[in-house]
Amino acid sequence: MSRDSRIGVRFIDAGESCLVVELGDRIDVALNLQVRALCLAVERAGLAGVQEAVPTYRSLAIYYDPLRIGRGALKENIDALLCLTLDQVEHGSRVVEIPTVYGGECGPDLEFVARHTGLSEDEVIRLHTEPLYHVYMLGFTGGFPYLGGLSERLSVPRLHTPRLKVPAGSIGIAGTQTGVYPLESPGGWRIIGRTSLCLFDPSRQIPTPILPGDTVRFVQSPQRESQEATTEARH
Amino acid sequence: MDALEVVKPGLLTTVQDLGRIGCQKYGVPSSGAMDQTALRAANLLVGNEEGAAGLEATGEGPALRALADSVIAIVGPDMEPLIDGRPVECGAATEIRSGQLLDLGRARRGLRAYLAVDGGIDVPLMLGSRSTCLPAAFGGFQGRALRRGDILAVGAVGTRPVGIKGRRLPQGWLSPLGEALTLRVTLGPQDDRFTPEGIRTFLTGTYRLMPEMDRMGVRLQGPPILHRSGADVISDSIPLGAIQVPADGQPIILLADRQTTGGYAKIAVVLREDVYRLAQATPGQVVRFRQMSVEEAQASLRRYEAKIQALPQTWQSGGAHPSYILQLKDRSYRVSVKGGEGTYRVSVQEQAGRKPEGGEET
Repeated sequence: MSRDSRIGVRFIDAGESCLVVELGDRIDVALNLQVRALCLAVERAGLAGVQEAVPTYRSLAIYYDPLRIGRGALKENIDALLCLTLDQVEHGSRVVEIPTVYGGECGPDLEFVARHTGLSEDEVIRLHTEPLYHVYMLGFTGGFPYLGGLSERLSVPRLHTPRLKVPAGSIGIAGTQTGVYPLESPGGWRIIGRTSLCLFDPSRQIPTPILPGDTVRFVQSPQRESQEATTEARH
Repeated sequence: MDALEVVKPGLLTTVQDLGRIGCQKYGVPSSGAMDQTALRAANLLVGNEEGAAGLEATGEGPALRALADSVIAIVGPDMEPLIDGRPVECGAATEIRSGQLLDLGRARRGLRAYLAVDGGIDVPLMLGSRSTCLPAAFGGFQGRALRRGDILAVGAVGTRPVGIKGRRLPQGWLSPLGEALTLRVTLGPQDDRFTPEGIRTFLTGTYRLMPEMDRMGVRLQGPPILHRSGADVISDSIPLGAIQVPADGQPIILLADRQTTGGYAKIAVVLREDVYRLAQATPGQVVRFRQMSVEEAQASLRRYEAKIQALPQTWQSGGAHPSYILQLKDRSYRVSVKGGEGTYRVSVQEQAGRKPEGGEET
């Protein structure tokens, strides 16, 4: 690798047992793919004393047991892995399709979004199903995917007062972001649709069908499935 | 094997172990006991692995009917548990008989009590842990707090070490629950998002714990901590004990069930040992922060772990066994008795700083 790849990389302590490797300070797919590559390399290396690695937009948090691996030794190991990974990032090859029922009971805010953006409901749906969204990371509580790639034309403000209960599987947009609520939870995003895809199943070894680095596409389902989607999301 | 029936659930009683490791990348909180010092001690008292699952009671504890003979230990705040109406010693291994009623009572000071049962609470492992994850409603006992009528099972009970009944925590082993709480912190990961004055305010101010406190986090109120330019950062991982400061300058400390990622600047992270002490704090209590280097924090963690690892040895070396001071002329001897069930070991050690003399007789 060229030394240049590591310019801008910062090691930051986040407490006595977490080392953050910050690769940059912006939201950017290429940077995020470097984070993912480093995460995979750290996991493959299986360093004794490293407990878990958490990839986020532009940094990797490495949780370790300082009684088993010293901070200096950890940094040296990570530095070596950085040399190997930064220049060799791969795009995630997986495309996960999210079958979505737009509007109606499943997407109570579709009408608002259309009105706010001056588009027809069909145009909103077309603009939402068109892009391939990059999964920057999973977070919050239980597999919430942070997606990038929403059309700027769909930018809408959050709700003034968040809903107390948003059903599991709800698809929302807010600002320049779109996402899916894996679990029933409170939420302030505008809900335009709902999927019957189960986004969080803790009885599986890998509890989420979508992983960081994946690509996601929303696919419109016919309205008649709306009942099924509702029923499944409630269970 | 069924071991306990919930007669009264208490305010918020959940099954917890030492938490879920390796799933934060899926957005799954680490969960686990809020006061892991207390859970580990309770487990060691009954002869379990220190990470076995136990019950975490909050404020008002549950009442439980024993469905089998067992050994239990309760560790945590100042409370008055009862078995069939008779007081039970906290911080000690206690036998309970099938049919007896254990009432954990109410915490008078402190907040969270831990009940360990010989064999550990047996619930299915979910993503590698038996902890209840309340925000995502899974793990523990059916992903929720206990309710009346729930039946809890325990795991296989190993051979009970001799003398387990007399095991108790050494006096003063648990940190005292004082009025003011000083939490040691290491600065970062985003302390550079605050003005020098903001950092000074944070390290010298006194903050009060707000009533908004749960397993996800606690809010504090005090002198506002000033950001350089806004409170928002690009969302990243939130470690246990991270102190995030939203735009209003009032800190929030994130705990076991915290969301895994967040976009408020994190000024500092509380040392793990002190996060467990914070788990015993109650609303209104005053908190101060004291800065440490990461090296100091890691050295402190090493001492903390050594203290826990040494705990079983205090029982083996007779620390928790009856011992007597015997005065003979101008010399004094410590006489201790170990063992049980027909075999006793009597050891005699001369006191007053001299090298132990005398011998042992079996």
